[in-house]
Amino acid sequence: MRPLKEALVTFQRSPLLSALSVTTIAFSLFALGLFGLVALNIREALERLEDRVEIRAFVTDGTPAEDVVRAATDIAAYPEVLSAQVVTQEQALKRAQAELGEFRDVFEGAVLPGSIDLRMKPGMRDPQTVKRVSARVKAFPFIDDIRYGEEWIEKLYRLRNIAGIAGIALGLAFAVVSVIIIGATIRMAVLARAREISIMRLVGATDAYIRRPFLVEGFAKGILGGLFALVMTWIAQALINKYVIHTIFFDARIALLGLLFGALIGLAGSAVSVGRHLRRV
Amino acid sequence: MIRFTRVTKTYPRTGTAVQDVTLSVGKGEFVFLTGASGAGKTSLLRMVYMEERPTSGEVRVSGTSSATATPRDVAKLRRKLGIVFQDFRLLEDKTVEQNVSFALEVIGAPPAFIGGKVGRVLTQVGLAAKGRAYPKELSGGEQQRVAIARALVNDPFALIADEPTGNLDDRATRGIFQLLREINAAGTAIMMATHNLELIRRSEYRTVEMNRGQIVFDSAESASEQKKAP
Repeated sequence: MRPLKEALVTFQRSPLLSALSVTTIAFSLFALGLFGLVALNIREALERLEDRVEIRAFVTDGTPAEDVVRAATDIAAYPEVLSAQVVTQEQALKRAQAELGEFRDVFEGAVLPGSIDLRMKPGMRDPQTVKRVSARVKAFPFIDDIRYGEEWIEKLYRLRNIAGIAGIALGLAFAVVSVIIIGATIRMAVLARAREISIMRLVGATDAYIRRPFLVEGFAKGILGGLFALVMTWIAQALINKYVIHTIFFDARIALLGLLFGALIGLAGSAVSVGRHLRRV
Repeated sequence: MIRFTRVTKTYPRTGTAVQDVTLSVGKGEFVFLTGASGAGKTSLLRMVYMEERPTSGEVRVSGTSSATATPRDVAKLRRKLGIVFQDFRLLEDKTVEQNVSFALEVIGAPPAFIGGKVGRVLTQVGLAAKGRAYPKELSGGEQQRVAIARALVNDPFALIADEPTGNLDDRATRGIFQLLREINAAGTAIMMATHNLELIRRSEYRTVEMNRGQIVFDSAESASEQKKAP
């Protein structure tokens, strides 16, 4: 109870400094949040792209339909494969006409090859797996040709890896900067009360007793800053979503984690600042 | 009760502040610590409340040894000591009462006990009527009385006073000294560093003089030597 009261008193006594701390925490976390949002949306977009990774195995003209269906059933049973669908010549033509509406006339009377269209299971869409499965499908004697956009898949994967690494690196950098800035603002709060701290020690208060209100204060500032950051990030996302490009927001679990992270940096920043001060005087 | 055994204190930058000091202060004793500025008085006193630890030798205060005391032991020790400085060290944004009760609050005294105790100790130092005032509304002598009240509120066995009258005029000095005499008469030991030779001359208390970190005169020793001499 006492530390809570003390922390509240500090807020009242130096509202400007407290507001400054909370704002700094909020903006550091806001930067972190924006970056998280970018990373989240890139990942989400890539996942949607990955969904479209498809192997199309073209069937030699004149292959009996039942052979193709049997092969498709076999292929669907591969552990990497989500589904294997038989596309007949007529279906292929219809699809082409639907997808390329403006060239409808070109397909008039044309014959398109039938195929088996494979979808890969999530997590099995990397270039190596796709290549391996393709090779296996190609081994069927009536498979004429196979397409899976080799280059495209590799690019997609490289992009995803770069985004992942950049995300981790930049996220870490932002987190470190946040901790440093928060440590500095809490240090200001500690220095503002240096006289009080020295008197507390003089009359026999333990370091733990002196430290506690600062930890509560740091924790509270962290949560408050985190809350502001969350709101700012949410507004930013809503604006981007409305005016620029479709984006998604963090789910509740990640938002809560963000808050917790704010509280943790507040706590860590306080602990470091107060600890350093107590060791020095 | 307070015992220095061959204590030397050396600072990395300024050199030796206290050199080979052996001194003991008994229960309820009043000791003046005198000597020029830089003679080592403040360093000696800081070692009593263990703000500093000796470079060599041992300081033992009420069973707490400088050689083994943990930060927690030091905190516990200070609850049994009262410490007063030349610059009062009051909190400007707290009233007189709050400054005094602060010393009890931070060591976790029960709130029901604090109110009565603060009132009694303010009466003792003659400030019963000024409990609601802020330090800057008080004279220097009154501020020092607040500081003394804060030091006394824990019923210390010893009061450590580093130049408590250094910032005060003669009248206030006499008032503070009178207060310290009364506190001592009630059984609290007092170690007081001072430049004020007038005070020393007018009283019969033990006087320890320091020069360049060493004790050069101790009235208690010269008295016992005089007794032995004839």
